[in-house]
Parts: sequence; C-alpha cells; structure tokens
Amino acid sequence: MLPEIGQFSLILACILSLLQTVYPLYGIRTGHQGAIHSAKVFTILQFIAVAISFVTLAYLFFINDFSVSYIATNSNSALPWYYRLSAVWGAHEGSLLLWVFLLATWSIAVALMSKNLPVESMARVLAVLGLLAFGFYLFVIFTSNPFERTLPYFPIDGRDLNPLLQDFGLVIHPPMLYMGYVGFSVAFAFAIAALLEGRLDSAWAKWSRPWTMAAWMFLTVGIALGSWWAYYELGWGGWWFWDPVENASFMPWLAGTALIHSLAVSEKRGVFKSWTVLLALSAFSLSLLGTFLVRSGVLVSVHAFASDPTRGLFILGFLILVIGGALLLYAVQASKVKSRGRFELASRESLLLLNNIFLIAALIVVLLGTLLPLVHKEIGLGSISIGEPFFNRMFTILIVPFALFLGVGSLFRWKRQHLNELVKPLSLILLFSLLSSFIFLFIFAPALTWLAILGVFLGFWIIVSVLYEICLRSTHRHSFMTGITKLGNSHWAMSLGHLGLAVMVIGITMTQNYSIEKDVKLAVGEHITFEHYDFHFDQINALNGQNYVGTVGTFSVLHDQQKIAVMRAEKRIYTVQRMPMTEAAIDAGFIRDLYIAMGEQLPDGAWAVRIYYKPFIRWIWLGPLIMAFAGLIMICDKRYRTKKQRLTDSTTEMGGHNA
Amino acid sequence: MNPRRKKRLLITSSLIFGLSLAMGLTLFALQQNIDLFYTPNEILVGKNETGVKPEVGQRLRVGGMVLTGSVKRDPDSLKVSFDLVDNKAGQVTVYFDGILPDLFREGQGIVAQGTLKNKNSIDAFEVLAKHDEEYMPPEVADAVKGMSNLQTEQ
Repeated sequence: MLPEIGQFSLILACILSLLQTVYPLYGIRTGHQGAIHSAKVFTILQFIAVAISFVTLAYLFFINDFSVSYIATNSNSALPWYYRLSAVWGAHEGSLLLWVFLLATWSIAVALMSKNLPVESMARVLAVLGLLAFGFYLFVIFTSNPFERTLPYFPIDGRDLNPLLQDFGLVIHPPMLYMGYVGFSVAFAFAIAALLEGRLDSAWAKWSRPWTMAAWMFLTVGIALGSWWAYYELGWGGWWFWDPVENASFMPWLAGTALIHSLAVSEKRGVFKSWTVLLALSAFSLSLLGTFLVRSGVLVSVHAFASDPTRGLFILGFLILVIGGALLLYAVQASKVKSRGRFELASRESLLLLNNIFLIAALIVVLLGTLLPLVHKEIGLGSISIGEPFFNRMFTILIVPFALFLGVGSLFRWKRQHLNELVKPLSLILLFSLLSSFIFLFIFAPALTWLAILGVFLGFWIIVSVLYEICLRSTHRHSFMTGITKLGNSHWAMSLGHLGLAVMVIGITMTQNYSIEKDVKLAVGEHITFEHYDFHFDQINALNGQNYVGTVGTFSVLHDQQKIAVMRAEKRIYTVQRMPMTEAAIDAGFIRDLYIAMGEQLPDGAWAVRIYYKPFIRWIWLGPLIMAFAGLIMICDKRYRTKKQRLTDSTTEMGGHNA
Repeated sequence: MNPRRKKRLLITSSLIFGLSLAMGLTLFALQQNIDLFYTPNEILVGKNETGVKPEVGQRLRVGGMVLTGSVKRDPDSLKVSFDLVDNKAGQVTVYFDGILPDLFREGQGIVAQGTLKNKNSIDAFEVLAKHDEEYMPPEVADAVKGMSNLQTEQ
C-alpha cells in the first residue's frame, strides 16, 4: 500500500507543478490577481506532495520493503539503518527523486522567503521553477520510477547497496551536491523571469544574488566532500581524478563562480547585466548537462549507474528544450538590456571581467576535455581518453594570471583607477608574499622545485594582498580597531573567500609537489622507512563486520624513533555482493597525512601495501570550506533582509509601473 | 579615431589575441595527452577504423581479458606481468610495477594505461579493473564479447 501512496503523491506533485506554471502565467496575461497569487499556493502543495513521496521511499527503505524493486536492488536487511536511509539516493531512481524533492525545497524557500519581491515577478520565477520540476517529474515517473514493485514474487532479501557507497561520505555528499546543482535553477528562473518581463535592473541582481550564493555554497561543499570521499574511500589516495563525472560537477561550479562575481558588479554598478544573465542560464544548463552525462550512461565512470537508452534520450530532449528555449529567449530579449554605468579600462569592473574570462576559459578547457572523447567516438575515430596531464597543465597555466589579478583586483577602485597609485602597495605585497613564501617553503619543503615556489607564492600573494586590503579599508577613515568593525559582511565574505582559494592553492601545490607514494611488498614483522617515518607491519587479523568479513593489518608508525600512531588498514569483502573493498588507514594532520592501504596478498604470504605521505592535503578541503563559509557570511548580509529596504524597493517598483 | 573607439579596438583585439593564444595552447596540450584505446588485436594489426598501428613509445590504453595462467610475479618486488587477449586472437603482454586493483582477476576484462614497449608488450602505469558487476567499459565489453571463460568472481 505504502509504495502506491508514494507513487500517487509523486504524480500529484507532477500535476501541481504543471498548474504552478500554467495558472500564474495565465493570471499575469489576463491580470487575474487570484491566479497570480496562486503560484505560491501551488508551490507549497507541490512541495508537500513530493515530500510525502520522498519520506515514503525513505521509510520503505527503513522497514526493508523488498517488494519495491528499487529497494531490493539497492538495500539489504543487514545494512545498518543509516546506510539504509542514505541508500535512498544510492542509485539512479532514488537520486532523481532526491533531485525533484530538492527542487521543490528551493522553490518553496523562494516562495516563502522572498517577501520583498513584487508578486508578479515572484509568480514568474515560481512558474519557471514549476516548469523545470514538471520535466523532471515526467522523467522520474516514465523512465525511472523508484516505486516499481516486484510483486508477486518478491525477494526475501535485497542485493545490497554498492559497498563503495556504504560510507559517511555518501550520506552527505550527494544531497550537498544536488542542493548546489538544483540551486542554480533559482538563478536560472530569476534570469528567465527577468527576460520574460524585459526588465533587468540592479534590483534583479540583488534578489538573485543571495540565492545564487547559497547554491554555489552547497555546490562548493558538495564537490569538496566528493573529493575527500574519493581520497579515503577509493584507496588510491588521490583527491581529484578529472573523471568525467567530477568534471560534470566542476563545470557548473566554474560558471557559478563567474556568476557570483558578475552579479556583484551588476548589483553594485549596473553593468555586465546581459552577460550576468547568460552566466545564470549557463550555470544551470551545465548542471543539466552534468545530469545528462551522469545519468544517460554515455560516460563510463565510477559514478555512472547502469544505463538505459530511453533515459538518455529523455534527458537529452529535455536538455535541448531547456537550454535551447532559454538561449532563444535570451537572443530575443537581451538586446533590450542596457548597461548604464561607464568604466575605464583600469577599474575594478575590468578586473572582474578578467576574472570571468579566466573562469570561462577554465570552463571551456574542462568542457573540451570531457566532451571530446564522446565526440571522437561518435564520429567513428575510435575511443580515446584525455589524460590528467592535459587538465593539470592547463590549470597550472590558468591559475597564474588568475591568482595575480585576484590579489590586485580588490585594491582597484570602481570606475577608474590611477595605476601609478598602485605601484607602492603592489611592491609591498610582492615583497611580503615572496618573503613569506620562502619562509614557508624553508620550514615545510624538503627541496625546492619551480612549480612549488610558484604555487606557494601565488597562495601568499593572495593572502598578503587580502590582508593589506583589509588594513587599507579599515584605516581609511578610522583607526584600525574601529575601522575593522565597520567592514560590511560582503567585504568580509570577499576577503575570506579569497583566503579560502589561497589555502587551497597552497594545499594543492604542497600535495602535488611533495607527496611521497610507495607501493611496497611487506610481510608481517618487516618495516620501511622514509621521510623520518618508520612504518612497522605488526600483525594481520581477521575482521568481522555487520555485513562484511575481511582482514585488518596493523601498522605502528615511528617518527624519529617516537611512536606516533597505530594505523589499521582493512581489506573487506562485503558478503552479499562478494565485493572486495579497501579501507585505507589515515593518520590525519594539519600539515600532513599518513595513508596506508592494503593491496592484495601475494602468493608467498606477504602483502602489497601502499604507503603515502601527503603534506598539506587537508588544506585542499579546508580551502573550499572557508569559501563556503564566506558565502554564508554574504547571504547573512542585512541588506538582503531589512524591512526598510523592502519598503523602498516596492515603492520604486510601483513608481516604475505607473510610469 | 575617437578615444572611445580606440579603446574598444584595443579591448577587442587583446581579447581576440588572448583567445587565440588560449586555443592554441589548449590544442597543443590536448594533442600530447590524447590516449587512443586499442584492443590487443588492434595493437598487432592496426585500429579497426583506420588501420593505423601504434608506434613504439606511444602512450595508449589497452583493454582485454587477462589470459588465465599468464599472471607472473617477481618474487622480490611488486613487478607483475600478464597477457591480455581478445576475441580476435590478439595477444599482448602487459608489464606493471605496483598494486593491482581489488577486482583484478584472471579471466576478467581490464584496462591498462601505459606506453608501448615493443610491438606486442606494454609498460603500464595504471591498471583498472571493473568497479562492480555492471561496470565494464564498453570498449572492453566489445573486445571480449563471446569469449567463454569471461567470468565474474564467484
């Protein structure tokens, strides 16, 4: 009975989403106030319906109802309860249900929290969101129904969740990532609504900015979590593989990062508006493209679930419809958008434009590297793969001007900057960043390489210029201590976000240049020494988990003759799917990780063991966390929520309409 | 030319210059990093589509089935070699120094990435085995289609 309820409310949600689109738009056309206001009501109802459906599926997982075929294939009664719940989004059908559920969540958030938005604009935004939701509901209901039954002959037990996914990382990584992906739909809806209305002004940028930032924040955390998960779970100790699916999440991130910067210019200065709209459209389109790549099975990767051609075709059709429609609307309406502000070549506007150019260049690099193999194969030239070195080289080249301009950028004034005023600050920043990077390398680096010097210098260049800029702004009118309390939220957000990037750049540089990776053959009782660390293979024991068996190797680690850690690396066999898994042992630290993963047992009884020393790898994830936190600070800026602001906004609105 | 036009010209031309530089760099980097996929048979007689044989020293990917009984290990290190076969009587030897993936088995489809050492052997720097029951790269699936002892690890 329950699965049918879930199914029914899903269909109900689908119908409601269509109403959410059609009725308010009809209202706007005819001036029917009731219809315009109904957008909010339909949004709330749609959310309730899809929430019932989602909770039902989660509950069915919880009570092990294997008469539902999705649950029978992706869960097992031996699975701990929290993995049974996260298994809801462990495969294709459920993850799409999560997708529509989150889309409804964003929609209801927009409906309830944007009180300062004029009713008509709100109705348009919700209508666009409803249309997107409608497409996805159709997709779920017709091609990927999670409630399909296996009746009358249902299995006694399920085939288990993929062991790779039985992990804390999976509990939170997909919801975060999807919150980001789906969140860009709000920016998309705002952009479409503005185009429909033919009215793009600073108010528009202001409304859509916190939403875009929120989505970007979730996406940042989601990607960082995915990277962290891959690091400890896949057992190779890598943190980014340029896997097509990782790229699929990275592309909307790049577009989103460009978008939050250009939105800032549009809000503050009223320029770049049509470019901002195009970015808003692309960020979500790239999210859709990512979904297509992952879900259609055209790509083979760790993330690709079993493929089904109808699904691919459906998403492709939807993709073409949404992106094509959006671009068409843009082509027709964008010419009406006029940017009023003027600015000189040397100005903060220009530097933000440069930021956008570099981000888009990076985006094109990733897009090319991801899609070229597909195209190459489709036109009959055979399969190819594009290796990591391509991406690494391109990003190494791109990050240099990007970081240099980033450091300078916040020192530039809006509209016009006299370059000779910058000579002194820039030489100071250069001096201090060179100094601090050499001190840093002297302490932490065993040897100097050009790339390491470059990377660490870029990191410190950003850090020093951010600090310099904070000093400059806070001593502008007050003493330092009073001045620093007067800096607004968005200023702090900018500084912190840039510091986050610097932390990440330093982390990546140190990890890539000074990691030591050893694959060795070790028997119990043997040891291996490098970098002042001495790894002793003490013993090997049998292992018995709730739903797996295996072996665990115990290693004690000595640093300069001092015992600092006992590490246990596991080799598990998950009993249901008979699938072996490597659980790496990680001794985490702020400036270095030690990483041990068991390989296979060799014929003579010794083990193949992977031992890594990874300096500063935590910084790679710390950076994005700082960036996300910076986003949070910006969203909390009171100018997005004060009452007074609301009043003035709506009065200008009225004035605008009357005139 | 008035100053505004002049400025626009400057911006546009620098944009075009930057773009073409970026494209050039990208294509150059791409060219060096495209790894073609071969089946064992294609390594010996040339690609199905073009008939071109890989050259010694070229980076490539090869996918096929690990020939049962061909896995040889060095007793003192992690060096290992094995033969890859396909359904067209191709056979090449892969040399690898490192840890084989968890799902590496004899009689199973794998992909190796490396450089061609001589006309029928490859120095691999990476060996990939399928991740779970459903996952097998389509190229490998094609290359080993119809072979009898292709099995999952039961």
